Amino acid sequence: MSEADGLVRLRQPIGVTYNWSAGPNATSHLAGLMAGKFIGKRCPSCALVYFPPRNGVCPKCAKILAGDVEVGPKGTITTFCIVNVPFLGQKIKLPYVAAQILLDGADISMQHLIQECEAEDVRIGMRVEPVWKDKSEWGPSLENIQHFRPTGEPDRVMGAESGAS
Amino acid sequence: MADLCAVVGVGQTKHAACRADVSIAGLVREAVDRALADANITIADVDAIVIGKAPDSLEGVAMPELWLADALAAHGKPVFRVHTAGSVGGSTAIVAAQHVMAGIHGTVLTIGFEKQSDGNAMWALSVPIPFGMPVHAGAGGYFSPIVRGYIGRSGAPKHIGAMVAVKDRTNACKNPYAHLHEPDWTLEKALETPMLWDPIRFIETCPSSDGAMALVLMSEERADKHAGRKAWVHATAMRSEPTAFAGREQVSPVAGEMCAADLWRKAGIKNPAEEIDVVEMYVPFAWFEPMWLENLGFAPRNEGWRWVEDGVTEMGGSLPINPSGGVLSSNPIGASGMLRFGEAAMQVMGKAGEHQIDGAKKAVGHAYGGGSQFFAMWLVSSTKP
Repeated sequence: MSEADGLVRLRQPIGVTYNWSAGPNATSHLAGLMAGKFIGKRCPSCALVYFPPRNGVCPKCAKILAGDVEVGPKGTITTFCIVNVPFLGQKIKLPYVAAQILLDGADISMQHLIQECEAEDVRIGMRVEPVWKDKSEWGPSLENIQHFRPTGEPDRVMGAESGAS
Repeated sequence: MADLCAVVGVGQTKHAACRADVSIAGLVREAVDRALADANITIADVDAIVIGKAPDSLEGVAMPELWLADALAAHGKPVFRVHTAGSVGGSTAIVAAQHVMAGIHGTVLTIGFEKQSDGNAMWALSVPIPFGMPVHAGAGGYFSPIVRGYIGRSGAPKHIGAMVAVKDRTNACKNPYAHLHEPDWTLEKALETPMLWDPIRFIETCPSSDGAMALVLMSEERADKHAGRKAWVHATAMRSEPTAFAGREQVSPVAGEMCAADLWRKAGIKNPAEEIDVVEMYVPFAWFEPMWLENLGFAPRNEGWRWVEDGVTEMGGSLPINPSGGVLSSNPIGASGMLRFGEAAMQVMGKAGEHQIDGAKKAVGHAYGGGSQFFAMWLVSSTKP
């Protein structure tokens, strides 16, 4: 339309590199990942365990999270999506399964990749475990885990949790 | 007791995948000029301007309220910017109405807009975050697991999403401003479209659109002296909740239930499904129609999909939803909430043209945003409360 109408459209890339100050709570989570551990935090008010602890505050009670709690490494799929859409910056081959995984001992799920099984075999309640990358590739990131894979254990019956965080 | 507020003018652009014929400012001005003309006033009659838009990163203009001040003829007037992600069009209209209801301004112009073709929303919503694994894939990747949760718990048959999509795309053909005009969809064809974010099919997703919506609001004192049809604001409600917390009900967020309950209470509505004539509901992915039917208190839990299947939400049904074609047919994100609010107003003003629901007296506009965490609703009527 623009060319036919003689109207100008410019292409203008924008790129910014940011610093993120993790703060003490997210730091213990990220340091845990560098040591091959899943470190969550407990809310001093409702006692629920957050992994990752994100902003270091319980979203419901608004209390500052305190006390490291090691969770996982195994977990249960609470819900998932099979991604078939190519998009800019994508790092993973299509189709892939992005699943909400509730790590054992945590009270909130986190999203990660499921591999080593067919996408159509993934189901709510499936038990999974992490497959870590080689230590030489580790950094302060959940990307230290290459993916999660089925453990072969019996499914966990998911009640009200399925579809929940 | 708050003053009354009425919508006296509604103006929207022709929504399209790419409005390369106009700048962002030109797009906004198109909606503003139509709203002012519809209200039969000029910009000189406007006391204040309230503008809303979804994240700046979606189209690469930081602080658009500054950039657009000249196109909005804002010289010498107060300008406010509102931002609540995808619900922003709804919450912006509410903030504008509250300026009137608080007795601060007599005539307020409010605008929501988005020029998705100038940016890349899919990318902007998929930027890696330090505490997460980069497996998310835009809004569809975020909402698809929640839809799976709904299907699992409600036992809804898999064709319900496609039914909603076909209804909205068919309705859109009666709306000259809608982005998508695709009259030939059948359920069979819809079910053949590919799974993008399984269980969400291509047909069940909203398009990326350029578009804007503007409303002119007046106080009771001014509206009473103003010729022309009006939509009286009976109630507004907004609620929010964090994106993620332990045990969060994502299929039917508590904040959404609270928002609707507050709206019904303020407007004196006892049975929403019977008392409301038409709803413009924020449904960017088709499955959200049955999910919101339940969340807003229209249908019982796990029954929303049956209403879809029974045709309740079709234009000829007892509770028509999105006669305009909804977000599934036009999605300029920053405008989409205000399109819902404005289309609801058009229905009770009798200005909806071919997609008019005959005799609509009470209509609801609904918007949600972020990770289903911001909710905004209003109830408008052809008569004063």
